[in-house]
Amino acid sequence: MFAAENGLKGDPRLQAISEAIRVIPDFPKQGIMFQDITTLLLNHKAFKDTVDIFVDRYRDMEISVVAGIEARGFMFGPSIALAIGAKFVPLRKPRKLPGDVISEAYVLEYGTDCLEMHVNAVQPGERAVVIDDLVATGGTLSAAIRLLERMGAEVVECACVIGLPEVKGHSRLNGKPLYILVEPRKIEHCC
Amino acid sequence: MSASRDDDPRIHGIKSKIRVVPNFPKPDIMFQDITTLLLDPEAFKDTIDLFVERYRGKNISVVAGIEARGFIFGPPIALAIGAKFVPLRKPKKLPGDVIREEYVLEYGRDCLEMHLGAVKPGERALVVDDLIATGGTLCAAMNLLERAEAEVVECACVIELPDLKGRERLKGKPLYVLVESH
Repeated sequence: MFAAENGLKGDPRLQAISEAIRVIPDFPKQGIMFQDITTLLLNHKAFKDTVDIFVDRYRDMEISVVAGIEARGFMFGPSIALAIGAKFVPLRKPRKLPGDVISEAYVLEYGTDCLEMHVNAVQPGERAVVIDDLVATGGTLSAAIRLLERMGAEVVECACVIGLPEVKGHSRLNGKPLYILVEPRKIEHCC
Repeated sequence: MSASRDDDPRIHGIKSKIRVVPNFPKPDIMFQDITTLLLDPEAFKDTIDLFVERYRGKNISVVAGIEARGFIFGPPIALAIGAKFVPLRKPKKLPGDVIREEYVLEYGRDCLEMHLGAVKPGERALVVDDLIATGGTLCAAMNLLERAEAEVVECACVIELPDLKGRERLKGKPLYVLVESH
């Protein structure tokens, strides 16, 4: 499920992508080492390489839908969709999408949240990929998979730039393959 | 300044893919929904191509996109023209050091943030969003970039609502849009 084990072993682009991601300790709260992809977006070559790796993987898989999870999935998904000739479907927080939507709840550490998709964004039988910047517990991705499947689409794979240790060793999420470019970089603490 | 692009054959296709949803998010607002444009790969590609053709080769090193629909159009443009992409976000989303700009809404205020150091002095920047209405958010975005000493070259939106005169709130900076909706 990691790109390095899936044909990209030793690919120098992965090292550069990993190094372009900034780690911010204690955000949004104490104890969390936040993986900040905005620094990757500032590095044109590394950002382009990120998109190209996904495009190369999905280009010949007859994918007609790229679904991106708000908001950081929006930063990667559309470029992939454009390059492979697929539609881009935004999966959004509640009450952002106008018109008719379907809604899927998912569990957070404390409480629940909800993801929405437009009814008729996807047709039954369409082959879809779900994109987000990072996968941790997989709760949000699981909700995304359920939304697409409720409209009859086939989720071919979930793709993320970063995969946290919780998913290491799991090559599938809810039975769906997971494709991840890099692990989180560890940074030294002095305390 | 807005370029005359009404004779470009791609414009009609783009405009026809934008869905208008009445009474969203509240009564009497005719919401311009670009998600239907994103469902048409050719029209979405044409949208991006029109911006890329305009900005390629103009020494623009920053494309700043406004959360969240600016995140859909900005990165493909940035990638195609060789620029970095800088997300401008609602409060408390960006980790680390940020600069904040408050702006006025119809009722109340809101706030946009940008990472400190994302943009260097002298960089030439575009601001991208799906739509310009009153221009309040775009103006806040421009202020953030200018506070970082970047030069805002132009604001670029898919849709303009000209009756709301947002164009006049851009501190004299040019605006380029693909379609107008009255």
